[in-house]
Amino acid sequence: MATMKESKQEKVNRLKQDMLRWQGFVRPESHAARIGLGPVEDAFPNAVFPPYGVHEFISGGREEDAATSGFMGGLLSRLTEGNKTCLWISTSRILFPPAMGAFGVRPDRIIFVDVQRERDVLWAMEESLKCNGLAAVVAELQDMDFIQSRRLQLAVEKSSGTGLVLRSNPRNIGSTACTARWRIRPLPSALEEGMPGVGPPRWQVELLKVRNGNPGCWKMEWSRGCFVPVMPSIRQNKALQLQKIS
Amino acid sequence: MEKRYASIWFKYLRTDRHAIRRPELREIPFVLAEPLHGRMVITEANAIAEAQGVTRGMVVADAKAFLPSLIVIDSQPQLASRLLKALGLWCIRYTPVVAVDPPDGLILDISGCAHLWGGERDYLALIVSRLRSRGFHTRIAIAGTIGTAWAMARFGKATPIIANGSEIGTLMPLPPAALRLEPETVDRLQKLGLRTIGSFLHMPPSVLRRRFGDRILSRLRQALGQEDEHIVPLRPIPPYEERLHCLEPICTAIGIEIAIKKLLESLCKRLSGEGRGLRTAILKCCRIDGKIAQVAIGTSRATANIPHLLRLFKLKIPKIEPALGIELFILEVPKVEDTDPVQEALWSSSPGLEETSLAELIDRLKGKEGTRAIYRYLPDEHYWPDRSIREASSIAEQPSTAWNTDRPRPTRLLTRPEPIEVTAPIPDYPPMLFRHKGEVHAIKKADGPERIEREWWMDTGEHRDYYDVEDDKGRRYWLFRAGHYDDGNSRQWFLHGFFA
Repeated sequence: MATMKESKQEKVNRLKQDMLRWQGFVRPESHAARIGLGPVEDAFPNAVFPPYGVHEFISGGREEDAATSGFMGGLLSRLTEGNKTCLWISTSRILFPPAMGAFGVRPDRIIFVDVQRERDVLWAMEESLKCNGLAAVVAELQDMDFIQSRRLQLAVEKSSGTGLVLRSNPRNIGSTACTARWRIRPLPSALEEGMPGVGPPRWQVELLKVRNGNPGCWKMEWSRGCFVPVMPSIRQNKALQLQKIS
Repeated sequence: MEKRYASIWFKYLRTDRHAIRRPELREIPFVLAEPLHGRMVITEANAIAEAQGVTRGMVVADAKAFLPSLIVIDSQPQLASRLLKALGLWCIRYTPVVAVDPPDGLILDISGCAHLWGGERDYLALIVSRLRSRGFHTRIAIAGTIGTAWAMARFGKATPIIANGSEIGTLMPLPPAALRLEPETVDRLQKLGLRTIGSFLHMPPSVLRRRFGDRILSRLRQALGQEDEHIVPLRPIPPYEERLHCLEPICTAIGIEIAIKKLLESLCKRLSGEGRGLRTAILKCCRIDGKIAQVAIGTSRATANIPHLLRLFKLKIPKIEPALGIELFILEVPKVEDTDPVQEALWSSSPGLEETSLAELIDRLKGKEGTRAIYRYLPDEHYWPDRSIREASSIAEQPSTAWNTDRPRPTRLLTRPEPIEVTAPIPDYPPMLFRHKGEVHAIKKADGPERIEREWWMDTGEHRDYYDVEDDKGRRYWLFRAGHYDDGNSRQWFLHGFFA
């Protein structure tokens, strides 16, 4: 009976893998392809950040825009490793390029495209995603419907780039064909105890939707050039345990 | 290639023009005259008047004395040069190199052109008949040198087509005036009894130079092809130009696309053969109604890649207005640069800035209507935030200094700092709270100040003390106070950016 159960479990796993393969998620040979997102990355299928996909970032204000830009900078630093180039498309751009240096992206490897309307952003993004010479394309868009996101996703699957869409104050968040939907919120930073000043940027990283993955919520920090998951400190742990006991 | 020149002579250029404008003048004698030293002097007489003895330089009163019916028209001084220029431009259809030969002629460099019209004889007959049908008295001669063609057009009696190498025999019987000499030299030659070119052609050069100056020798050598002579074309010849004549007028987008493709094919074949690529190209579409519709494309890197250029032009096709149809496409390339030889890589290289596909993508984005601008930034040696970056001039330009990352800079920087209201405990301390757009932010953590001075040699104003602050919800801001602490001035705190 036990063997039967096991084989059933194996069968389910195998079928799951098959389905992933049919949907374009290739199981990587090793974990070298991981992007360094730690526990967040485990939420993705095969526990690897899908490189050929369009990621959607929802943001609710200028402060969240800034936090999301920082998080994207962290992703771009991994994606553009080896002198690769990325494109930043927007209608009204206030990104300050030198700040990207702090997230490990050389600002001179980013090409900024300023366009007039949202439609042009979509056109430019689709056109750029088809291009093989780019590591990543970032677009600042307010709204995107399913068809538009599907077009972007199809373009990405043909080439080998990553698309990041920053949706600031979207009017309606419908379903899209994107690989994942994120929300990055700023969190109070923390320094070593007793130290004054502002610490390294800390965010609440929320994966609202992941195709074939598990949505979740994590705390992350960008420290010394890499993402560091924020673990509750010993004192907070104790407080939690006390809460549980009581 | 063997050089061939055609010289066209309009003997009655200005009177012909008047006769074309006013048909009633065609059958009667008339002259053009202008005042000179208080008398009206004839500058040009038409063929009928000349047959009756009226010549240039005659005083009008004298001419009227023996020909009372003579009509006198005021001559316009600039008419001849304008007419010649217009005729020259018209002649560009027969050869691209046409030069004006004042006061009454044109010189055409027809090397390699005549066979397109079935040989020199037909070519010459065609030009003469077209010009005569317009009403101009035209004489034309073709020879291997400009001098001989000029002489034969004006003084030739026999065949107007002179083979290369037979210039001496042709020039021998002609009068010295056929050598384009000054009137004084011609007079002196006449007085000395040298009435044909042959009579002094074999004289020693030193003798001729002593008596008539250098010019006669140089003209002789030019006419005989021993000295080069250059003409200045009316239209500078674009080094890279392709033309496509259409049998039927074209007015569909597909037709235009096919035309562009054909033009690009022949152009790019030539460009890539020379190891060059185009940076800008202009497509001129000559329409039936005489107007020209034109579109231009530019590339960020010299290229001769047909599919890429065609894609750039495709973005522009909707802008071409064919109206009734386009009969001639001209593709001009004003800017050409050497291309680096492209090595076909066996394995694809890493996608960097030098990637061709990236350059092509940027060209496409640039060509699209909705694109405002494409930037790439390089560090600049300024502390002032807005000036710490400068635009890169080209896609491959490398930074001359390193990026400065030791100071915290916000990921999003407002183009215009927004004023905020602030409560600060004591001068030079970060604020305790600030109010922005009606929301109060209580500041929990802060760093700073970082004083950034204005560069007084560039602009004037207050220095700024920047603080990076974090409020109770964890949102991080970049604030600054402009200038020194001052009780009277409350509007001196600003929000300038947002940290990640």
